[in-house]
Amino acid sequence: MYLYDHYDQAMVDARVEEFRDQARRRLEGKLTEDQFKPLRLMNGLYLQLHAYMLRVAIPYGTLNSRQMHALADIADKYDRGYGHFTTRQNIQYNWIRLQDAADILADLAKVEMHAIQTSGNCIRNISSDHFAGAAADELVDPRPYAELLRQWSSFHPEFSYLPRKFKIAVIASDTDRAAMRLHDIGIQIVEQDGELGAAFYVGGGMGRTPMIAPCIKEFVPLDRLVTYAEACLRVYNREGRRDNKYKARIKILVHEMGAEEYAKAVDAEFEHMLDEGIEPPFAELERIRTFFEDPAFDQSASEDIDRSDPDFALWVDRNTVAHKVPGYASAVISLKPVGGIPGDATSERMRLMADLAEEYSFDELRVMHTQNIVLPHVRKADLHALWTALEAAGLGSPNLDTVEDIIACPGLDYCSLANARSIPVAQKISERFSASGKTEALGQLKLKISGCINACGHHHAGHIGILGVDRKGVENYQLLLGGSEAEDVSLAKITGPGFDEAGIVDAVETAADVYLREREDGERFLDTYRRIGMTPFKEALYG
Amino acid sequence: MADLSSENDRLIRYRKDDPVDHAAVTVDSFLDQSSASAVRVEPGDDARELIPHLERLALVEVNFPSFGDGRGYSSARLLREAGYEGELRAVGDVLVDQVAYMRRCGFDAFDPDAPLDQSDVEAALSRWPEVYQSAADASTPIWNKRHG
Amino acid sequence: MRILTGNDLKSGEVIWWTGSDWSLHVEDAADVSGSEEEIARREEAARRVNASYAIDAELHAGSPRPVHIKDRIRALGPTVRPDLTLKPADPDIGNWVI
Repeated sequence: MYLYDHYDQAMVDARVEEFRDQARRRLEGKLTEDQFKPLRLMNGLYLQLHAYMLRVAIPYGTLNSRQMHALADIADKYDRGYGHFTTRQNIQYNWIRLQDAADILADLAKVEMHAIQTSGNCIRNISSDHFAGAAADELVDPRPYAELLRQWSSFHPEFSYLPRKFKIAVIASDTDRAAMRLHDIGIQIVEQDGELGAAFYVGGGMGRTPMIAPCIKEFVPLDRLVTYAEACLRVYNREGRRDNKYKARIKILVHEMGAEEYAKAVDAEFEHMLDEGIEPPFAELERIRTFFEDPAFDQSASEDIDRSDPDFALWVDRNTVAHKVPGYASAVISLKPVGGIPGDATSERMRLMADLAEEYSFDELRVMHTQNIVLPHVRKADLHALWTALEAAGLGSPNLDTVEDIIACPGLDYCSLANARSIPVAQKISERFSASGKTEALGQLKLKISGCINACGHHHAGHIGILGVDRKGVENYQLLLGGSEAEDVSLAKITGPGFDEAGIVDAVETAADVYLREREDGERFLDTYRRIGMTPFKEALYG
Repeated sequence: MADLSSENDRLIRYRKDDPVDHAAVTVDSFLDQSSASAVRVEPGDDARELIPHLERLALVEVNFPSFGDGRGYSSARLLREAGYEGELRAVGDVLVDQVAYMRRCGFDAFDPDAPLDQSDVEAALSRWPEVYQSAADASTPIWNKRHG
Repeated sequence: MRILTGNDLKSGEVIWWTGSDWSLHVEDAADVSGSEEEIARREEAARRVNASYAIDAELHAGSPRPVHIKDRIRALGPTVRPDLTLKPADPDIGNWVI
């Protein structure tokens, strides 16, 4: 994985001292909260429902065991012994003190981590495929391109006060595991006539106005990647709406201009910029690529797995994924125990996952946008030992992509923007399906819960989505069906009137039962919904 | 409108020439009449309209009515990319925590609504040991240093 | 009644105006009807509180209870982590929140 050189380290260290100075000026009254707020946000520091919250960047979701240990140490030293992995592959801490924030950033800098631009109206942490470098179906590893863009977007002088936040995802396979087309810019590395290039999808997003990004450029040569991204951003910075916060995202601009007009404006800017020396030399991309070369895989690793233990066999079937190298698999550690808080991990579990990564996965971990952790490179022969250790620590839930593998935002338990709690709904649904034993029969069923229309819980992209709203001071939950964040991307539709907390759990089960009744061979919930439409579900729900 | 006399003690300049001694006009008036040599660009203005007339411009003020409106950063870079070499002055809600990025986008003067402490400004401008991007200033990007 | 809340600027902790100072406990909150803006302005300027705002509350067993669920969760802590709330040992606290 990428390692800092002295330049990278100097930049991160300077940022820590800059923030230390800014926090000091705030505490001394030299900065008003209005002036300080965007500065702290650009360092990941929010003021949440109960306290300050710090969001730490995990670039493209990749980290090593030393970094995971540091995250655990921060949870113990400065927080309350746990952290929450987010839907953008980051981690956040809920109980931070402003007076500690600069020290935490300094601790992070010691392990080549930071909280730079994890909030604010700037280019956020670049996300990517959590199986990058391991997936059997990828064209190349997408992370070098994400790292190139990370450096370009860090402390960007022109794009730090954009109309609104800006999220970029980079993938390099036709299977989309990063919700690429629901980002402000989604980039897919593609091959054309033997050359690699980047397809740009611009103007996607969730939030209150969900949109699927249209492709505005099918092929940008790799030695023009940064310049093209810069052109995309400049058009947005100049033309994006600033009169209404809710219409300020680039998706609204692309929608209002039309994708073709937006693409023309970007092309014009791009042509102009080609002479401006914006693009790093190709050698820089080559330098970054060397950090992402394959670890020393055992080319003769055995394909055999002893499946005599049925619990282990189930976990292997559910939670391991095909690897590009025979004899290896990517193993998913579920942070969704039945009745647990999706995405939360104690410091103790973080340390265990770090140690297991060191022992079994070439020292690498990934954070999934579905709030689970991946050990990307595990020898099949080691899977049983890995599972045994996970199982002993309560981390062996065999539920990847099932109805129990719920994405949930922190909701009203933690978030000052939320209208309703998300976590208790997730807990009750996983308990209900685990108890009824239907999880297995339902197969792949992606359930996603947001506690407000900002959609951090990706409810628009759930096969089943749940949106919490405030109905006259009482929590109420709307049910949505038919969304997908993957390569078959679609936006879910609301079924009808909302439900109370008990009612929404029943409603999810009702919808699941319609699927079990109506499905044809090989259909997932989403496929059945797409074939039969909303009506049978509505009839069952509202009769 | 900012006081443009030499007594303006809020004005911080990184230029050796004398400041323009007359007030800046709006982009619309500038395009209508040919005598002005100082223009003020508002966030909604298209700075590209000035490009055919750069030779007669000695001062471009870019207004930041609120520091969170970042359109002025793009206006500044566009003008520098087009070859403008006159004074580029950030005016309005210009705060010490934004001046480093402004310098990188080509501003060489600041006329903030509230006076800035000169030593704070110097500290902010010397904060960053390196830069990751090529922009409108003379800084050498890290990628260039890596590959000389 | 109206009560005033905010976060301690340094620690971020949720705090409530008692009439003379700030407390971590909503039970200590005083009715600030009519003077909420003045108190908020003064206390923000003195940097004793951040992001303050006044809310409606009702007396419940003699103590103020915020009218809206969001402020009740704010007053107590996350409902999904009773161990991290201000009243980890109170088995009935859930009824106070919801």
